[in-house]
Amino acid sequence: MDHLSYLFAAYSIIFVLIGLYVVFVSRRQTRLEREVTRLEGELRRFEQAQTPPEQHRSGI
Amino acid sequence: MKGAVSIALAAASCLSMIAALFMVFVYAPTEAEQGIVQRIFYFHLPCAWVAFLSFGIVAVAGALYLWLGHRIWDDLSYAAAELGMLFCTLVLVTGSIWAKPIWGTWWTWDSRLTTTFILWLLYGGYLLLRAFGEDNQEIARYAAVLGIIGVLDVPVIIISVRLWRTIHPAVLLTRQGEHGLQDPRMVAALLVSLGAFTLVFVWLLWLRLSTLRLRARIGGLRKELALLEVAGAGARR
Repeated sequence: MDHLSYLFAAYSIIFVLIGLYVVFVSRRQTRLEREVTRLEGELRRFEQAQTPPEQHRSGI
Repeated sequence: MKGAVSIALAAASCLSMIAALFMVFVYAPTEAEQGIVQRIFYFHLPCAWVAFLSFGIVAVAGALYLWLGHRIWDDLSYAAAELGMLFCTLVLVTGSIWAKPIWGTWWTWDSRLTTTFILWLLYGGYLLLRAFGEDNQEIARYAAVLGIIGVLDVPVIIISVRLWRTIHPAVLLTRQGEHGLQDPRMVAALLVSLGAFTLVFVWLLWLRLSTLRLRARIGGLRKELALLEVAGAGARR
């Protein structure tokens, strides 16, 4: 390997590893955001189900 | 708002990285002895700086967590440890790639390389503890103590080239107390790279903290839901 190949390898590894980390964190964030939305929806449905019907009608 | 901060940090990181690449490959002159491969140095040293900064944050945030007990300090410590590990890995890998054409070997048990590898192992242990331990206060306290102990290796790495016989170059301050970079353009390229890597670190830390905040929110929502289910079951009875 000539010196240019070593230089290219070093810089490539830096960008590839940082890029992979960004992808890994972003995917995890998307998954967690979806989970938060799901849980908030479930919580809202549960609270509505717990509210007595007369309160629903009167808008309390 | 959070999304806007993240986008701004990402844009600033990318622009500063482009500027650093320009400085390294166009502006800085080629080093006389090592030739073109010496340019690895301009990204190798900033990786080390970010790794040390990360482990410093792990220790300070860990100490604050032990003292105050707020979850935010534990989250900061965890996020910084992950980034420290990433950049410490990059230091070892780029150093190894640089060593091969210059020293003729990928690795040698030199004092600086060995102490850096010990740092990598210490924080590897920290991350294993976080990954396989449960998400509770006891594990967080153990991790905080490990993070504080681990950072003690950082000053040893920095002074290792003066304490022991080593083949690793002392670039910023030579053993004779001189400046290691002769050309001011080399210093400028290094400073721009240091700035770029610091910005990338801030951006990644922000991203990682966002996921940890979401994880905490999910924990809170699950607890709330479980409480409501228990209350609902009690009311039905």
